[in-house]
Amino acid sequence: MEPAAIVALAANVALAVLGLALLLTAWRIIAGPTLSDRVVGLDMLTGIAIGFIAVVAVKTGFTLYIDIAISLGLVGFLATVAFARFVLSRGEQQVPTVPPAAKKTKRKDKSKRKTAKPGRTG
Amino acid sequence: MDYAVAILVALLMLAGAFFALAAAIGVLRLPDLYSRMHAASKAGTVGSGLLLLAAGIYSGEGAILARAITGIVFLLLTAPVAAHLLAKAAHATGHKVWDGSVRDEMRRR
Repeated sequence: MEPAAIVALAANVALAVLGLALLLTAWRIIAGPTLSDRVVGLDMLTGIAIGFIAVVAVKTGFTLYIDIAISLGLVGFLATVAFARFVLSRGEQQVPTVPPAAKKTKRKDKSKRKTAKPGRTG
Repeated sequence: MDYAVAILVALLMLAGAFFALAAAIGVLRLPDLYSRMHAASKAGTVGSGLLLLAAGIYSGEGAILARAITGIVFLLLTAPVAAHLLAKAAHATGHKVWDGSVRDEMRRR
């Protein structure tokens, strides 16, 4: 087996695995219950895209792709920071997918706290 | 091209793709925003860093390898900052931790 064939085979396998990772992250972005979950998925997507570009750089031999990967990392960082500021200023925009059973458990916790506090202080 | 370089580049690419897949599975399967963030920022950074290192070694030129290492250092610097900012923003806006979490030291009392 030639050295170039080894690298080409590994690049193909890596591209397939990265594509699977991209699909799983896209699933989280679609399903993610809150805005913060989607921002985490977007951050992950940028990282996978950087890896994709690096594998394409190996596969095609154009080393200029590495510069593109660096600039994509910069843009992804700025996007995540901007989204974090947005979440901080706007608050969570909760999609009403939480079933009423979960809300009931939260209320139970609050009532437990209320009943537990006087016992601690007294 | 040498056999040693080819095998090294192939192993680095496979390891990087594996780490990226592990991070994606973690983002999909973990129960909580904060634990998902831990999977994305650590394993994801290692995955793209290994792939960039493979591309830099494969080129065989010092300048391009240095550029790839610059990219890795940049990733290692920015990923924790972004994850920390996002976690602080989510916590400040009242994002609940998972019920199985042991403690939440930033909770307002």
